Amino acid sequence: MKDMASIVILGVIMGVAARIFMLRNDYRSYPSYPHGYVTHISLGFIAAFLASLAIPALMEKEYTAVTFLVLAAQQFRDIRNMERETLSKLEELSLVPRGLDYIEGIAKVFEARNYLVMLVSLTTTGFAVFFNLQIGAIAGIISIFLTGFLMRGQFVRDIAEVKPGKLHFEKSLLMVDDIVIMNIGSPEAKEKILQDGVGVVIHPKDDNARATLNNLGQRQAILHDVAALVGSKLETGEPDFTPLMRKNVDTGKLALFVVPNEKDIECIIEAIYRTPVLESATQKPLSSDIGRKAAD
Amino acid sequence: MEVGIKETILAIITTDPQKVFGSSPVFIAKDKEEANRIGLLLSRILKAMVHDLENGVYIVVKH
Repeated sequence: MKDMASIVILGVIMGVAARIFMLRNDYRSYPSYPHGYVTHISLGFIAAFLASLAIPALMEKEYTAVTFLVLAAQQFRDIRNMERETLSKLEELSLVPRGLDYIEGIAKVFEARNYLVMLVSLTTTGFAVFFNLQIGAIAGIISIFLTGFLMRGQFVRDIAEVKPGKLHFEKSLLMVDDIVIMNIGSPEAKEKILQDGVGVVIHPKDDNARATLNNLGQRQAILHDVAALVGSKLETGEPDFTPLMRKNVDTGKLALFVVPNEKDIECIIEAIYRTPVLESATQKPLSSDIGRKAAD
Repeated sequence: MEVGIKETILAIITTDPQKVFGSSPVFIAKDKEEANRIGLLLSRILKAMVHDLENGVYIVVKH
Protein backbone atom coordinates (compact mmCIF):
# COMPACT_ATOMS: atom_id res chain seq x y z
CA MET A 1 0.00 0.00 0.00
CA LYS A 2 2.88 2.29 0.89
CA ASP A 3 4.32 1.50 -2.51
CA MET A 4 1.13 2.76 -4.22
CA ALA A 5 1.35 6.04 -2.30
CA SER A 6 4.86 6.73 -3.59
CA ILE A 7 3.77 5.84 -7.12
CA VAL A 8 0.92 8.35 -6.93
CA ILE A 9 3.24 11.01 -5.51
CA LEU A 10 5.71 10.40 -8.34
CA GLY A 11 2.89 10.72 -10.87
CA VAL A 12 1.77 14.01 -9.33
CA ILE A 13 5.31 15.40 -9.29
CA MET A 14 5.85 14.47 -12.95
CA GLY A 15 2.48 15.94 -13.95
CA VAL A 16 3.09 19.24 -12.18
CA ALA A 17 6.61 19.37 -13.62
CA ALA A 18 5.09 18.90 -17.08
CA ARG A 19 2.66 21.77 -16.46
CA ILE A 20 5.46 24.08 -15.28
CA PHE A 21 7.56 23.08 -18.27
CA MET A 22 4.68 24.00 -20.58
CA LEU A 23 4.11 27.31 -18.79
CA ARG A 24 7.01 29.06 -20.44
CA ASN A 25 6.61 32.78 -20.40
CA ASP A 26 7.26 33.96 -23.91
CA TYR A 27 6.71 37.13 -25.89
CA ARG A 28 3.03 36.39 -26.26
CA SER A 29 3.12 37.11 -22.56
CA TYR A 30 0.25 35.04 -21.46
CA PRO A 31 -0.12 34.41 -18.60
CA SER A 32 2.37 36.97 -17.42
CA TYR A 33 0.99 37.49 -13.94
CA PRO A 34 1.74 35.49 -10.79
CA HIS A 35 -1.96 34.78 -10.37
CA GLY A 36 -2.14 33.30 -13.84
CA TYR A 37 0.70 30.96 -12.88
CA VAL A 38 -1.01 29.96 -9.65
CA THR A 39 -4.27 29.19 -11.44
CA HIS A 40 -2.66 27.03 -14.08
CA ILE A 41 -0.27 25.20 -11.78
CA SER A 42 -3.13 24.44 -9.38
CA LEU A 43 -5.27 23.06 -12.18
CA GLY A 44 -2.24 21.14 -13.42
CA PHE A 45 -1.87 19.67 -9.94
CA ILE A 46 -5.49 18.54 -9.92
CA ALA A 47 -5.08 17.00 -13.37
CA ALA A 48 -1.90 15.23 -12.32
CA PHE A 49 -3.47 13.93 -9.13
CA LEU A 50 -6.56 12.56 -10.85
CA ALA A 51 -4.55 10.86 -13.56
CA SER A 52 -2.04 9.43 -11.08
CA LEU A 53 -4.85 7.73 -9.18
CA ALA A 54 -6.30 5.97 -12.23
CA ILE A 55 -3.86 3.06 -12.63
CA PRO A 56 -3.31 2.36 -8.90
CA ALA A 57 -7.11 2.38 -8.51
CA LEU A 58 -7.43 -0.17 -11.30
CA MET A 59 -4.80 -2.34 -9.60
CA GLU A 60 -6.90 -2.24 -6.44
CA LYS A 61 -9.89 -3.34 -8.54
CA GLU A 62 -11.65 -0.02 -7.87
CA TYR A 63 -13.00 0.27 -11.39
CA THR A 64 -15.46 3.08 -10.69
CA ALA A 65 -12.58 5.33 -9.66
CA VAL A 66 -11.76 5.78 -13.35
CA THR A 67 -14.96 7.81 -13.77
CA PHE A 68 -12.98 10.56 -12.01
CA LEU A 69 -11.28 11.16 -15.33
CA VAL A 70 -14.61 12.13 -16.86
CA LEU A 71 -15.03 14.71 -14.15
CA ALA A 72 -11.59 16.06 -14.98
CA ALA A 73 -12.41 16.39 -18.66
CA GLN A 74 -15.46 18.45 -17.73
CA GLN A 75 -13.34 20.68 -15.50
CA PHE A 76 -10.79 21.35 -18.18
CA ARG A 77 -13.38 22.29 -20.75
CA ASP A 78 -14.17 25.16 -18.40
CA ILE A 79 -10.56 26.30 -18.64
CA ARG A 80 -11.02 26.86 -22.33
CA ASN A 81 -14.09 28.99 -21.68
CA MET A 82 -12.29 30.89 -18.94
CA GLU A 83 -9.33 31.72 -21.17
CA ARG A 84 -11.54 32.63 -24.08
CA GLU A 85 -13.66 34.98 -21.99
CA THR A 86 -10.70 36.71 -20.34
CA LEU A 87 -8.86 37.26 -23.58
CA SER A 88 -11.98 38.39 -25.46
CA LYS A 89 -12.64 41.00 -22.79
CA LEU A 90 -9.07 42.27 -22.86
CA GLU A 91 -9.38 42.46 -26.62
CA GLU A 92 -11.85 45.33 -26.47
CA LEU A 93 -9.25 47.74 -25.18
CA SER A 94 -6.36 46.43 -27.22
CA LEU A 95 -5.00 48.65 -30.01
CA VAL A 96 -3.83 45.76 -32.15
CA PRO A 97 -6.16 42.93 -31.12
CA ARG A 98 -5.21 39.26 -31.24
CA GLY A 99 -8.28 38.29 -33.20
CA LEU A 100 -10.79 35.56 -32.38
CA ASP A 101 -8.81 32.79 -34.06
CA TYR A 102 -5.70 33.50 -32.02
CA ILE A 103 -7.74 33.58 -28.80
CA GLU A 104 -9.42 30.31 -29.70
CA GLY A 105 -6.00 28.82 -30.39
CA ILE A 106 -4.61 29.97 -27.04
CA ALA A 107 -7.70 28.73 -25.18
CA LYS A 108 -7.45 25.35 -26.88
CA VAL A 109 -3.79 25.07 -25.96
CA PHE A 110 -4.52 25.78 -22.30
CA GLU A 111 -7.16 23.05 -22.26
CA ALA A 112 -4.98 20.58 -24.10
CA ARG A 113 -2.03 21.18 -21.77
CA ASN A 114 -4.04 19.76 -18.88
CA TYR A 115 -4.76 16.61 -20.87
CA LEU A 116 -1.06 16.37 -21.60
CA VAL A 117 -0.36 16.66 -17.88
CA MET A 118 -2.77 13.74 -17.34
CA LEU A 119 -1.01 11.77 -20.05
CA VAL A 120 2.37 12.33 -18.41
CA SER A 121 1.01 11.28 -15.01
CA LEU A 122 -0.65 8.20 -16.50
CA THR A 123 2.54 7.18 -18.26
CA THR A 124 4.61 7.71 -15.12
CA THR A 125 2.31 5.76 -12.82
CA GLY A 126 1.78 3.08 -15.46
CA PHE A 127 5.50 2.42 -15.82
CA ALA A 128 6.01 2.72 -12.06
CA VAL A 129 3.32 0.14 -11.35
CA PHE A 130 4.49 -2.41 -13.92
CA PHE A 131 8.23 -1.91 -13.46
CA ASN A 132 9.53 0.27 -10.64
CA LEU A 133 9.74 3.88 -9.46
CA GLN A 134 13.00 4.66 -11.29
CA ILE A 135 11.68 3.48 -14.65
CA GLY A 136 8.45 5.38 -13.94
CA ALA A 137 10.42 8.56 -13.33
CA ILE A 138 12.44 8.11 -16.53
CA ALA A 139 9.27 7.42 -18.54
CA GLY A 140 7.74 10.56 -17.05
CA ILE A 141 10.69 12.75 -18.04
CA ILE A 142 10.74 11.30 -21.55
CA SER A 143 7.00 11.90 -21.94
CA ILE A 144 7.39 15.51 -20.76
CA PHE A 145 9.90 16.20 -23.53
CA LEU A 146 7.88 14.20 -26.01
CA THR A 147 4.74 16.24 -25.35
CA GLY A 148 6.74 19.45 -25.68
CA PHE A 149 8.09 18.24 -29.00
CA LEU A 150 4.79 16.94 -30.37
CA MET A 151 2.83 20.03 -29.39
CA ARG A 152 5.26 22.45 -30.97
CA GLY A 153 3.08 23.22 -33.97
CA GLN A 154 3.99 25.12 -37.10
CA PHE A 155 5.23 28.67 -37.41
CA VAL A 156 4.95 31.12 -40.28
CA ARG A 157 8.63 30.35 -40.94
CA ASP A 158 7.59 26.86 -42.05
CA ILE A 159 5.04 28.00 -44.60
CA ALA A 160 6.21 31.32 -46.00
CA GLU A 161 9.14 33.48 -46.92
CA VAL A 162 9.25 37.13 -45.87
CA LYS A 163 11.11 39.79 -47.82
CA PRO A 164 11.38 43.56 -47.38
CA GLY A 165 9.01 45.52 -49.60
CA LYS A 166 9.09 49.06 -50.94
CA LEU A 167 6.70 51.36 -49.10
CA HIS A 168 5.53 54.17 -51.38
CA PHE A 169 2.56 56.32 -52.30
CA GLU A 170 0.73 56.34 -55.60
CA LYS A 171 -1.09 59.65 -55.22
CA SER A 172 -3.17 59.01 -52.10
CA LEU A 173 -2.82 55.22 -52.10
CA LEU A 174 -0.32 53.65 -49.75
CA MET A 175 1.36 50.71 -51.47
CA VAL A 176 3.87 48.00 -50.59
CA ASP A 177 5.46 46.99 -53.89
CA ASP A 178 2.39 46.50 -56.12
CA ILE A 179 -0.16 45.85 -53.37
CA VAL A 180 -2.54 48.60 -52.30
CA ILE A 181 -2.78 48.95 -48.52
CA MET A 182 -5.12 51.92 -48.00
CA ASN A 183 -6.04 55.45 -48.95
CA ILE A 184 -4.51 58.18 -46.81
CA GLY A 185 -5.58 61.81 -47.08
CA SER A 186 -3.52 63.60 -44.49
CA PRO A 187 -0.16 64.93 -45.80
CA GLU A 188 1.36 64.83 -42.31
CA ALA A 189 0.48 61.16 -41.95
CA LYS A 190 1.90 60.42 -45.41
CA GLU A 191 5.19 62.07 -44.55
CA LYS A 192 5.41 60.23 -41.23
CA ILE A 193 4.60 56.89 -42.85
CA LEU A 194 7.29 57.32 -45.49
CA GLN A 195 9.76 58.27 -42.77
CA ASP A 196 8.98 55.64 -40.12
CA GLY A 197 6.79 53.00 -41.77
CA VAL A 198 7.93 49.57 -42.87
CA GLY A 199 6.50 47.35 -45.60
CA VAL A 200 7.29 43.68 -46.02
CA VAL A 201 5.97 41.07 -48.42
CA ILE A 202 5.07 37.56 -47.30
CA HIS A 203 5.41 34.92 -50.02
CA PRO A 204 3.51 31.68 -49.25
CA LYS A 205 5.58 28.59 -50.09
CA ASP A 206 2.73 26.58 -51.63
CA ASP A 207 -1.03 26.50 -52.11
CA ASN A 208 -1.61 25.17 -48.58
CA ALA A 209 0.29 28.13 -47.17
CA ARG A 210 -1.57 30.48 -49.46
CA ALA A 211 -4.93 29.25 -48.22
CA THR A 212 -3.78 29.41 -44.59
CA LEU A 213 -2.42 32.96 -44.85
CA ASN A 214 -5.60 33.98 -46.62
CA ASN A 215 -7.40 33.55 -43.30
CA LEU A 216 -8.11 36.91 -41.69
CA GLY A 217 -7.59 35.46 -38.21
CA GLN A 218 -4.10 34.30 -39.18
CA ARG A 219 -3.30 37.73 -40.58
CA GLN A 220 -4.52 39.43 -37.42
CA ALA A 221 -2.36 37.08 -35.34
CA ILE A 222 0.70 38.09 -37.37
CA LEU A 223 -0.13 41.78 -36.96
CA HIS A 224 -0.63 41.33 -33.22
CA ASP A 225 2.70 39.56 -32.77
CA VAL A 226 4.56 42.15 -34.84
CA ALA A 227 2.99 45.00 -32.86
CA ALA A 228 3.72 43.19 -29.60
CA LEU A 229 7.37 42.64 -30.46
CA VAL A 230 8.53 45.77 -32.28
CA GLY A 231 5.77 48.08 -31.07
CA SER A 232 3.41 50.17 -33.12
CA LYS A 233 2.97 53.93 -33.29
CA LEU A 234 -0.76 53.42 -33.63
CA GLU A 235 -2.64 55.65 -31.19
CA THR A 236 -6.28 55.61 -30.27
CA GLY A 237 -8.21 58.09 -32.39
CA GLU A 238 -5.42 58.22 -34.97
CA PRO A 239 -6.08 55.30 -37.29
CA ASP A 240 -3.58 56.33 -39.98
CA PHE A 241 -0.86 54.13 -38.47
CA THR A 242 -2.99 50.99 -38.12
CA PRO A 243 -0.88 47.97 -39.06
CA LEU A 244 -2.53 46.22 -41.99
CA MET A 245 -2.10 43.21 -44.23
CA ARG A 246 -3.42 43.08 -47.75
CA LYS A 247 -3.26 40.40 -50.39
CA ASN A 248 -2.32 40.42 -54.03
CA VAL A 249 -5.34 38.54 -55.35
CA ASP A 250 -3.47 37.10 -58.32
CA THR A 251 -0.39 35.69 -56.63
CA GLY A 252 -1.60 35.25 -53.04
CA LYS A 253 1.40 37.10 -51.61
CA LEU A 254 0.64 39.39 -48.71
CA ALA A 255 1.89 42.87 -47.98
CA LEU A 256 2.26 43.91 -44.37
CA PHE A 257 2.41 47.55 -43.35
CA VAL A 258 3.35 48.73 -39.88
CA VAL A 259 4.70 51.90 -38.30
CA PRO A 260 6.90 50.33 -35.64
CA ASN A 261 8.46 51.94 -32.60
CA GLU A 262 11.75 50.35 -33.55
CA LYS A 263 12.38 50.56 -37.26
CA ASP A 264 14.40 47.38 -37.54
CA ILE A 265 13.30 45.37 -40.55
CA GLU A 266 15.24 42.24 -39.54
CA CYS A 267 13.35 42.08 -36.24
CA ILE A 268 10.02 42.65 -37.96
CA ILE A 269 10.69 39.78 -40.37
CA GLU A 270 11.76 37.56 -37.46
CA ALA A 271 8.57 38.49 -35.57
CA ILE A 272 6.49 37.40 -38.55
CA TYR A 273 8.46 34.16 -38.85
CA ARG A 274 7.83 33.35 -35.18
CA THR A 275 4.07 33.79 -35.33
CA PRO A 276 2.40 30.43 -34.79
CA VAL A 277 0.24 29.02 -37.57
CA LEU A 278 -3.21 28.84 -36.03
CA GLU A 279 -4.96 25.51 -35.98
CA SER A 280 -8.25 27.08 -36.98
CA ALA A 281 -6.63 28.85 -39.93
CA THR A 282 -4.72 25.86 -41.29
CA GLN A 283 -6.04 24.67 -44.61
CA LYS A 284 -4.69 21.91 -46.77
CA PRO A 285 -6.21 22.02 -50.23
CA LEU A 286 -3.18 20.10 -51.55
CA SER A 287 -4.25 17.06 -49.50
CA SER A 288 -7.28 16.62 -51.73
CA ASP A 289 -7.39 15.39 -55.32
CA ILE A 290 -9.25 18.47 -56.50
CA GLY A 291 -6.80 20.83 -54.78
CA ARG A 292 -3.79 19.05 -56.29
CA LYS A 293 -5.33 19.01 -59.74
CA ALA A 294 -6.28 22.68 -59.54
CA ALA A 295 -2.78 23.62 -58.37
CA ASP A 296 -0.89 22.36 -61.41
CA MET B 1 -19.31 50.21 -24.16
CA GLU B 2 -18.37 52.62 -26.89
CA VAL B 3 -21.09 53.35 -29.42
CA GLY B 4 -20.39 55.18 -32.65
CA ILE B 5 -21.09 55.31 -36.33
CA LYS B 6 -18.56 53.33 -38.36
CA GLU B 7 -17.76 52.85 -42.02
CA THR B 8 -19.78 55.89 -43.11
CA ILE B 9 -18.71 59.29 -44.34
CA LEU B 10 -18.83 61.53 -41.28
CA ALA B 11 -17.79 64.72 -43.03
CA ILE B 12 -16.68 66.00 -46.41
CA ILE B 13 -14.01 68.65 -46.87
CA THR B 14 -13.62 70.24 -50.27
CA THR B 15 -12.04 73.13 -52.07
CA ASP B 16 -14.63 72.84 -54.85
CA PRO B 17 -18.27 72.91 -53.62
CA GLN B 18 -19.45 71.95 -57.12
CA LYS B 19 -18.17 68.43 -56.62
CA VAL B 20 -20.15 67.49 -53.53
CA PHE B 21 -23.80 66.91 -52.94
CA GLY B 22 -25.69 65.01 -50.30
CA SER B 23 -26.46 64.73 -46.64
CA SER B 24 -23.04 64.61 -44.95
CA PRO B 25 -21.72 67.78 -43.34
CA VAL B 26 -19.61 69.61 -45.93
CA PHE B 27 -16.74 71.91 -44.99
CA ILE B 28 -15.63 74.24 -47.75
CA ALA B 29 -11.99 75.25 -47.61
CA LYS B 30 -10.45 78.10 -49.57
CA ASP B 31 -7.35 76.12 -50.53
CA LYS B 32 -5.64 72.76 -50.13
CA GLU B 33 -3.77 73.89 -47.04
CA GLU B 34 -6.95 74.83 -45.20
CA ALA B 35 -8.58 71.58 -46.33
CA ASN B 36 -5.68 69.62 -44.82
CA ARG B 37 -5.92 71.55 -41.58
CA ILE B 38 -9.68 70.97 -41.30
CA GLY B 39 -9.08 67.33 -42.15
CA LEU B 40 -6.52 66.97 -39.36
CA LEU B 41 -8.79 68.65 -36.82
CA LEU B 42 -11.85 66.62 -37.80
CA SER B 43 -9.93 63.37 -37.75
CA ARG B 44 -8.70 64.06 -34.22
CA ILE B 45 -12.12 65.23 -33.02
CA LEU B 46 -14.02 62.33 -34.56
CA LYS B 47 -11.22 59.76 -33.96
CA ALA B 48 -11.52 59.00 -37.63
CA MET B 49 -9.37 58.93 -40.73
CA VAL B 50 -9.08 61.37 -43.62
CA HIS B 51 -9.20 59.88 -47.11
CA ASP B 52 -8.26 61.70 -50.27
CA LEU B 53 -10.51 61.32 -53.33
CA GLU B 54 -7.78 63.01 -55.40
CA ASN B 55 -10.10 65.63 -56.89
CA GLY B 56 -9.88 68.19 -54.13
CA VAL B 57 -12.45 66.33 -52.03
CA TYR B 58 -11.50 64.73 -48.72
CA ILE B 59 -13.78 62.49 -46.70
CA VAL B 60 -13.59 61.66 -42.99
CA VAL B 61 -14.43 58.03 -42.26
CA LYS B 62 -14.36 56.12 -39.01
CA HIS B 63 -13.17 52.51 -39.30
